Amino acid sequence: MNASARFTLPRVSLPRIYALESKHEFLRLLRAPQFAVPTLLFPAMFYCLFAVLFVKGASGFHANIYLLATYGVFGIMAPGLFGFGVSVAFDRERGWLTLKRAQPMPPGAYLASKLAMAMLFAATIFAILALLATTIGGVTLPLAAWLRLFLVEIFGVLPFCAIGLCVATLVSGQAAPAVINVIYLPMSFLSGLWMPLSVLPPLMREIAPLWPAYHLGQLALSAVGQPSEGSTLIHILALAATTAIFLAVARRRFARA
Amino acid sequence: MANAGSAPSARLIAVRKSYGAVNALDGVDLDVRPGELLALLGPNGAGKSTAISLLLGLAEPDAGEVQLFGESPHALDARRRVGVMLQSAGMPDTLKIRELLAATRAYYPHPLAADACAKTAGIGDLVERRYGKLSEGQKRRVQFALAIAGRPRLLFLDEPTVGLDIEARQALWSTVRALVADGCSVLLTTHYLEEAEALADRVAVLARGRIVAEGSVRQIRARVAQRRIRCVSALAPETIGAWPGVRSICRDGERIEIVTDAAESVVRLLLREDAALTELEVQRAGLAEAFMEITQNEIAQEAA
Repeated sequence: MNASARFTLPRVSLPRIYALESKHEFLRLLRAPQFAVPTLLFPAMFYCLFAVLFVKGASGFHANIYLLATYGVFGIMAPGLFGFGVSVAFDRERGWLTLKRAQPMPPGAYLASKLAMAMLFAATIFAILALLATTIGGVTLPLAAWLRLFLVEIFGVLPFCAIGLCVATLVSGQAAPAVINVIYLPMSFLSGLWMPLSVLPPLMREIAPLWPAYHLGQLALSAVGQPSEGSTLIHILALAATTAIFLAVARRRFARA
Repeated sequence: MANAGSAPSARLIAVRKSYGAVNALDGVDLDVRPGELLALLGPNGAGKSTAISLLLGLAEPDAGEVQLFGESPHALDARRRVGVMLQSAGMPDTLKIRELLAATRAYYPHPLAADACAKTAGIGDLVERRYGKLSEGQKRRVQFALAIAGRPRLLFLDEPTVGLDIEARQALWSTVRALVADGCSVLLTTHYLEEAEALADRVAVLARGRIVAEGSVRQIRARVAQRRIRCVSALAPETIGAWPGVRSICRDGERIEIVTDAAESVVRLLLREDAALTELEVQRAGLAEAFMEITQNEIAQEAA
């Protein structure tokens, strides 16, 4: 090792490693059309169809604001569930995770970069829906409401990242997308993200608090001043508990593997 | 640095590791000395991968000690002096080679320049391509580029040339030789014994979780007395087969190949019995034969 190399090259910079890893995780999924297209397009498409075209002018119920909140939640679940579930399952199966663990990557950078990726996708989905809502949706909200919704969506990815991670420890990369769709789509429907809970059958309304997406949906609705059920504290606790439980299961599965 | 000089770069001390009922490593001592290329050989399931996993901190020993530059293999400081090429490392298909290199270089305090790294690994023209678009051989070379990106003092190469064509294999060998000449230690596992023969300063043979032979390629080869005699002769194979010291004989047209423990006396007899004999060749057994004999003896002993 020559002396000039020692002094002219930078030392290992942790922020740089975290930034690069996060950027690569984001690019990696952005360049995968099977992930990026549904993730970025579906919430926007559903919002245009159901909030703008069909229910305009329904009385007493602001579909354009209500669905901004619930489709936002529906949207940000995908980068958590699929971003973690599919990519971690792939990394495990193909040996990428083993190589990363063998390389001198700082511990924590692997999950932190995936979390940053999921949050970046969540912010993008928020921005797309906000743009549609304020233009063709005719939504006007106070700045504080926008900020509250943004925070709910950014931090709302956490429990879904934990669920995705847990699925990744249980199934192969091939099976992960199917398994996650079976969780994602029914849970979105049963949590009232596609249509208000009030129009669902009573049984479905009663079991809704079982689903983490329900709690996040209620937080998002209350953030934009739409009628919502339950207390904010309970919703936050339910989401925190979901995150903790699934992380603990994933941790145990990883330790065993 | 406290561990410069002749202290081993990597070390297993009386290491045991079992997976369930399988004793993957059963009391193994192994040193990788600074600046040497140690080839770790052994049949499948002999414990090679386990040894590498332990040295890389991917698994914990049940007993004994594992050291990287005198430290725990979990110490970031020690791991920053190590480069790794694993047997299977499927990288994300949608990332570009330039990005993969940048991510790995960032882990190391004094990385090789990205261009130099790509050029050395023979992928200088591929850096803008996505990993998924590369051929198997090109992927292997990318993995090698990542292994050398941090200017390692110790390089782990696990079956590095599987999937490479002859030219790429030769190129990788000469790069590895240059690294070793530069003072880098290398731990190599390979199925190609000619690879170990071409590169290794020292060979350790692992069988059933134990080191059963260790030494230079020459010493290991010398453990096998066998030599191979080839010639063109009209002598009947049965005649030669009856001579003392002849282990086996095979005939292909008029060419004869004899494997023997007593090459000198067999050659003397050959020349006496067949004055018209031509194209005489005597070769010491290669590493491959030595390896076969050592591991088979081991298995026979185990069975006895």
